[in-house]
Amino acid sequence: MTIRIRNLQKVYKMGVERIHALRGVNLDIQRNEFVAIMGASGSGKSTLMNILGCLDRPTAGTYELAGQPVHKMSAARLAEVRNREIGFVFQTFELLPRATALKNVMLPLIYSPRHWRGARKRAKGALARVGLADRIKHKPNQLSGGQRQRVAVARALVNEPSILLADEPTGNLDSRTSEEIIGLFKALHDEGQTIIIVTHEEDIAGHAHRIVRLRDGLIISDFPTDQDPIHREYLNRAAVAAAALAADDSNHRGERGERGGGFDPVSSIPALSELKS
Amino acid sequence: MPFIRLLTQTVFLAFGQLWANKLRSLLTTLGIIIGVAAVVSIVAATDGMRVYVLDKFAAFGAKKVFIDGRLPRSKWGTVPWQHYDLKIHEVQAIIDHAQSIDKITPVIRVPGEVTIAGLTKNDASVTGIWPTWHEIENRTVTQGRPFSRIDDEERIQVCLINDKTIEEFNLDREPLGDVVTIRGRRFTVVGVVETKDLGPMFGGGQSRAEIFVPASVALAANPRGWINMAMAQLKSTDQADDAVAEIKFILRKMRQLRPEDEETYDVQVIQSFIDNFNSVARVITVAAGGIVAISLVVGGVGIMNIMLVSVSERTREIGLRKAVGARPEVILMQFLVEAVALCILGGGLGLLVAQAGVFGIRQFEALSQAAVPLWAVLLAVLFSAFIGVLFGMFPAIKASRLDPIEALRHE
Repeated sequence: MTIRIRNLQKVYKMGVERIHALRGVNLDIQRNEFVAIMGASGSGKSTLMNILGCLDRPTAGTYELAGQPVHKMSAARLAEVRNREIGFVFQTFELLPRATALKNVMLPLIYSPRHWRGARKRAKGALARVGLADRIKHKPNQLSGGQRQRVAVARALVNEPSILLADEPTGNLDSRTSEEIIGLFKALHDEGQTIIIVTHEEDIAGHAHRIVRLRDGLIISDFPTDQDPIHREYLNRAAVAAAALAADDSNHRGERGERGGGFDPVSSIPALSELKS
Repeated sequence: MPFIRLLTQTVFLAFGQLWANKLRSLLTTLGIIIGVAAVVSIVAATDGMRVYVLDKFAAFGAKKVFIDGRLPRSKWGTVPWQHYDLKIHEVQAIIDHAQSIDKITPVIRVPGEVTIAGLTKNDASVTGIWPTWHEIENRTVTQGRPFSRIDDEERIQVCLINDKTIEEFNLDREPLGDVVTIRGRRFTVVGVVETKDLGPMFGGGQSRAEIFVPASVALAANPRGWINMAMAQLKSTDQADDAVAEIKFILRKMRQLRPEDEETYDVQVIQSFIDNFNSVARVITVAAGGIVAISLVVGGVGIMNIMLVSVSERTREIGLRKAVGARPEVILMQFLVEAVALCILGGGLGLLVAQAGVFGIRQFEALSQAAVPLWAVLLAVLFSAFIGVLFGMFPAIKASRLDPIEALRHE
């Protein structure tokens, strides 16, 4: 078991008001799972992600990550756990602008004494894994958005973490690049990487094998993707919309609708992305 | 050695950061540059001045002791001042009994006109001395011979003249055997004494015509046996205090002064002037240090300010570093090292500026030996580093305490 969460609670104090961001969450995630965590803003999704990522500690409840009781740890120990067990991928990439791709990927290794020897080689290996072996000397502003996010993924992978934790990893990317990054995640998952994606985009969540949905600080559903009723509803609507679109398209421009059956074009329609809420 | 590696990496990181913000770093550290440059050049100048002055003292004779009679304040107006002048037997007693005194000579001024080869002048100085005078004054005889004991004992009418006398009285280059008339009495020139220009500090300045006669002869010219002063030489410079005590004891005894009586003599040692000068130089150095400490504190506040700006500018970066596993103390060290690096950089540049300044002030004769001493270099660097730690600590603590979640959300 990679992640084992029991009765997790988080209370924020805002002045005199107490906000219950998490009200008792139970969650188990096995090795090599590919999980999407979904929820509207205010659902406790971000709080859960911060605790999963060891950036924050719960008010109550237990969280064991790779067998370690993380909920009890000091800030300094948490930093070590983050370094060793968690690879973060952020919506806004968070690359150091003046550092090359290689230096960016090496960043976690600086804080990990056991990896100082051979850090460069290791970082090059991680960049090769995300398909950027020929871009190691480039700085972020010389790379495309997709390439930047690949660098960020390489940085997340470089310490061989237990979990790859991605927060809206495609939020700043166009749909084609998003597919590219999702493809990369799938490939990493096939290699055995445990991946948790936090997103509010239904089609991105669809690539995961399991969808956990939160509302008001509680898990309201937790299904394999193909059994998730909300996702199935979304797929149905998307298929209908796609068919309508394909029909419309062929009426206007004749033969071109052969490949229109998937939901590729759908993801570019914002209205459909909002179906989940 | 993980700590060392982390430190070296942090140092590289810090210098990288400084290099990336070259102009800002330079402006930030300007306060430190100016402060260090100021203190180091003042130290160098004072030191150079000290060396120069001590050289002058050494040339004048650091071992010299001056002894003369002094009318006590309470007796002003009631006793003629000559009453307390030294007597020749007192001079003799000092050399006989003071252990720390090596040599002594009376100095007896003889006023009056001097005529040589038909030319009469009244501004030439005539002084009665013992043969030991040459060693005490470090002025040797370049032609002829010095006085002998016989000259003194027999009151033989011989004299020594200096080069300036030859010049002023238009004598030929070999004046030995010439006759000098002093207050109507005839003296034969037996030797020529070198002229020494001691510079304005000791009242030398323009060297002048000087004529020397044996002390006994000079004394004969003033029947009461008053002598202006005695000049002695210490056995070694560290016996200055002993010498003063011994001479005072001897004179007090010979003059039969009771313990409550005021001193009727004055003893001065060149070494005590040197000590005085050294303490003045120290005061200047300390005062300069104080002023500079203030300027360095001001510089330090500038550093703190810019470090706070840097922390706030790089909040997201700090958040990221923490997210990927930087422990709070590592972040603290990164910013601390950056502040210290900034300060040491300022200190180093300040030293360079000071060195350039020192080359400049060496143009002045009195400062020709100015140099930046090694201890000042070390002190400047250490002090800059200390300022860096002192004023970098607060921003660094602030950075280390940032919450990674908040930091990553920072715009």
